[in-house]
Amino acid sequence: MMTHLLATPTSSSFPYVGILIGLPALGAIVLSLLPRASTSAIRWTALGVSLMTLVIAVVMAFRFHVGNGGYQFYTNHSWATSLGVSWATGVDGISIFMVVLTTLLVPLALLGAGEKRRTKAFTAWLLLLEAACIGSFVSLDLILFFFFFELTLIPSYFLIAGWGGPARAAAAVKFFLYTFFGSAIMLVGILYMAFTHEAQTHILTFSVIALQGTKFSGVAGVLLFCAFTIGFAIKAPMFPFHTWSPDTYSESPIGAVIILSGVLAKLGTYGIIRFDLGILGHASRVMAPVMLTLAVIGMLYGALVACAQRDLKRIIAYSSLAQMGFIVLGIFSFSSLGLTGSVLLMVNHGIITAAFFLLIGWIVKRRGTSNAGELVGLQGPAPVLAAIFTVVMLASIGLPGLNGFISEYLVLIGTFITHRWWAVVGVSAVVFAALYLLWAYQRVFHGKAEGANAATKDLTWGERAVIAPLLLLIVVLGIFPSPILHRIEPSVNRTLTQVAIHGCVSLTPLTGSSCGGSK
Amino acid sequence: MIHFAPVMLFFPLVGFLVLVTFGRRMGEKVSGMIATTAIGLSFVAALITFIGLLGQSNREVTQHLYSWLAVGPLHVDIALLIDPLSITMCLFITFISALIHLYSTGYMHGERDATKFFVYLNLFVFSMLVLVLGNNLLLTFVGWEGVGVCSYWLVSYYYDKDAAASAGKKAFIYNRVGDVGLLLAMFLIFNKTGTLTYLSIFSHLGSFTTLAATMAVLALMLAAAGKSAQIPLFNWLPDAMEGPTPVSALIHAATMVTAGVYLLCRMNPLLGLSPNGRVVIAIIGGATAFVAATIGTSQKDIKKVLAFSTVSQIGFMVLAVGTGAYVAAVFLMICHAFYKALLFLGSGSVIHGLHGEQDIDRMGALRKLMPVTFVTFLIGWLAIAGVPPFASFWSKGDVLDSVYRHYPALWVLGLVTAVLTAYYMSRLFYLVFTGKARFDEPAADGRPAIHDPHESPKVMTIPLVVLAVGTLLVAGIDLPWVHSHTLKTFLDPVFAKNLYDPNESGGLQIVLAIVDAIMALIGIVVAWLAWREGPVRPRWEPKFFANVWYWDNFYDAIIGRPGHRLAEEAARVDIEVIDGAVMATAAIVTKRAQALRRMQTGQVRQYALFIAAGLLAILVFLLVKAFHP
Repeated sequence: MMTHLLATPTSSSFPYVGILIGLPALGAIVLSLLPRASTSAIRWTALGVSLMTLVIAVVMAFRFHVGNGGYQFYTNHSWATSLGVSWATGVDGISIFMVVLTTLLVPLALLGAGEKRRTKAFTAWLLLLEAACIGSFVSLDLILFFFFFELTLIPSYFLIAGWGGPARAAAAVKFFLYTFFGSAIMLVGILYMAFTHEAQTHILTFSVIALQGTKFSGVAGVLLFCAFTIGFAIKAPMFPFHTWSPDTYSESPIGAVIILSGVLAKLGTYGIIRFDLGILGHASRVMAPVMLTLAVIGMLYGALVACAQRDLKRIIAYSSLAQMGFIVLGIFSFSSLGLTGSVLLMVNHGIITAAFFLLIGWIVKRRGTSNAGELVGLQGPAPVLAAIFTVVMLASIGLPGLNGFISEYLVLIGTFITHRWWAVVGVSAVVFAALYLLWAYQRVFHGKAEGANAATKDLTWGERAVIAPLLLLIVVLGIFPSPILHRIEPSVNRTLTQVAIHGCVSLTPLTGSSCGGSK
Repeated sequence: MIHFAPVMLFFPLVGFLVLVTFGRRMGEKVSGMIATTAIGLSFVAALITFIGLLGQSNREVTQHLYSWLAVGPLHVDIALLIDPLSITMCLFITFISALIHLYSTGYMHGERDATKFFVYLNLFVFSMLVLVLGNNLLLTFVGWEGVGVCSYWLVSYYYDKDAAASAGKKAFIYNRVGDVGLLLAMFLIFNKTGTLTYLSIFSHLGSFTTLAATMAVLALMLAAAGKSAQIPLFNWLPDAMEGPTPVSALIHAATMVTAGVYLLCRMNPLLGLSPNGRVVIAIIGGATAFVAATIGTSQKDIKKVLAFSTVSQIGFMVLAVGTGAYVAAVFLMICHAFYKALLFLGSGSVIHGLHGEQDIDRMGALRKLMPVTFVTFLIGWLAIAGVPPFASFWSKGDVLDSVYRHYPALWVLGLVTAVLTAYYMSRLFYLVFTGKARFDEPAADGRPAIHDPHESPKVMTIPLVVLAVGTLLVAGIDLPWVHSHTLKTFLDPVFAKNLYDPNESGGLQIVLAIVDAIMALIGIVVAWLAWREGPVRPRWEPKFFANVWYWDNFYDAIIGRPGHRLAEEAARVDIEVIDGAVMATAAIVTKRAQALRRMQTGQVRQYALFIAAGLLAILVFLLVKAFHP
């Protein structure tokens, strides 16, 4: 059964993965060569490139072999063999949706939150960010992963510092240094991991697949786990490493926030699944109680602090913190239900926050502020904006029939089966989510609109068209989640097998995750 | 004909989709017509399904539509369970909904966003039908949340009014607290049985210990307390009266608020495993019935009186469930749906006629001015007061009979509540329809006099008449001396294994019935003595009751304000302590480097550019190597 789950990687004749990285990177280069003044050419090129990338990603998702939990579209070009580094890329049921999500959000960010100032640089950075994100998700070599993971910082930094709000410089520096600090520790971990592997097998390699067989002593495993997890926890962000995110989200240009919160945040949780669970199974099991506890704290704490926020962007930032808590809870439930729910929640959260930030961006464009204290009664002058905001809000609250519910539900039910008390505490977070979002909605949309609020223009048809795909996904994924779940689940089970190889986790879904005294 | 079941759902869904897409262009009148027709057709489909079910020997039919979720051991289908309980619910839900839709076309005439009102209303009926027809707990939860969100929208329908916006939010949050109960119940049940499908759960009950069953039952009760406005979560319902009156009639009286009772009835085999759980249910129901009735005696807003009356009546239903008298609970639910919808729509007619006035101190003598409303309201009043031979005499009588045999103390409480019920309803009736007119002079607080109150238009009075006739006849579905083709014989298969001894001795039953009737008369007579002249006598309205036992103040003191402080405090801690630690670390590091200011003004920029260049070089190198190994 294990060998079946650890299926060998399959490849395809068409280099989907390489093109998915190369196309936006190439696009960024082409854009930088275009004359600065021809903004429409720049816009159309960027849009064309990002849409082509989206189409290729979607085709790949359809050609993805359902029921195979291993890596697909796999390529491995050995490079610098003496250093053990290779160009190893591929996707499984977990990463493929991260890639599709990335390729979906970039064109929407370009269309819905493009910048009029220095359009060329903005779009070029955004495309480079896309390439780096996709590269991180498909890398199956630790050095390659680290390269792309670091690469995401550069465009992010310039996007924040170049187009952000009044306090953008401080926010950009904080974001940069904080996450850079996290990845520095991770680099140490990566090297230590490869050298341990070399000591055991006399082969120096950074291949994720090869490293899965490495044995780490208890202490070394836990230290490695911490080195990786701190980097990822900062990126996600997870409590208590989250304090860069409210500043960054509120000071960044909306186009960048959509990618930062929708995609970059997922790099953190994705990294935990791929590297902590995938390579450090035993340590993951040892550290699970800590992670579960931090997750639950994050869920409740994020929601609580969100209740006290006045700015819509900060509310969503803290709401994301709570959602990240849900994701981590499901990951460390070590149940197929919980982990599948987490991966789905990564997708859903990306869709929902992107929609939120698009809407907030449009509110800011009209009213010059996202401070809930200055916005009153927008439902009157802008009913379509209010209606769409309501749907997104309800999806975020976890209303069944919309996409957020299923992922949240799977996380909670999976965790309940394996780690009951964390789920029992965590389930109360569903009340808080309703509390701060309805509060915000009441402040901004209910009441009597006067003055500038009363003159707020409703969404244009263009804006409606931009957000329509997200709304469609919110509804469709709520009603027909199966196509995605079928693709995620085998890879989730394979990952759980990795956890089990290193420990003694039982995969029987109903009887729980562990043996011995780990509970 | 049983295959007509999905059609019940189809019409409201199509109505919703059509209205949400084209409603604004079609205008109020067409929207109202489409919405009403959709629900009317849904009722016809329910009727056809019902007849189909009657013709079948197996009355537990599951209709699969598609597989919704299949992850690991969790399999959830979109599937309908058509059985006597669900079809009974569907019949009265669609019938009353259709009438209230019709009434709304008159009541909402000229309101801003009237089309949106019908959008919500159709979606509500769809969700309600999903709730009762779902063949598993998760699908029921879909409907459960669907009706909740429609309720949120409709309560805060007048969103520019602060009270309405807050009331909608309050309703949603209170319901969310209940939802935690339903989620936990689902998790527990799935953990024990490996399924969420009702019929499979019931065939795997062996894996429940008594403790586990009790936990699940208590979690279900929490869910029911939220949705059905029971202690400790009842106080959202009176606030929900901020919604338009047809909404109060449909959602907050006849249908949605009984969903909790439906859920408990549906899960009756599980309740059967937990005697302790049932005692708790009975106590909550009895206490809620009593508390809400006391509050009802002292309210001045016509809709608030009816709201607390609803809470109290649902308390009786929950009490019935707690004694195992499920049929009595459903019987009372149906009767209540008729007479409470009638009373709410009647109150709407009064409010409409008085141009929006809801204060019963400013009514009186409407008997002659609004004859149809008067006669129909009279029927509703007698029905709820428990006067023989009207509806509540039979249905509440069944509940009290069962309570008498199992929990004598609660029976006494129930009798007191019955007196209070007759009292507060009579008080309302006298103050609105009899005595002297008080609306034609300005109020003490400066509200102007109301001139020429008028009877409502036909489109509103026709539903009143239909509901009044329904109220007169509805008790006929389960009269104590009839033993075939009754509600009880129809529902028997659903509850058969879990009903307490359903046959009571004839003599005792008659004695209890006489006691009930006397209680009703006491309430009516006391109210007559106190209120027949209007609100002139020393008021029999204790502040404690008028202020809802200070329940809201209590929650505000122990949860609201401390919670608010906690949130503000957490936000402060987040910036000062957690972020403070991060910034302090960073400051120490950068001070060492003697570059704090320069780092912030541009050196990082160069630093980042440097990394960018380096990484780019590596990227190019990698790519070259990758494609030319």
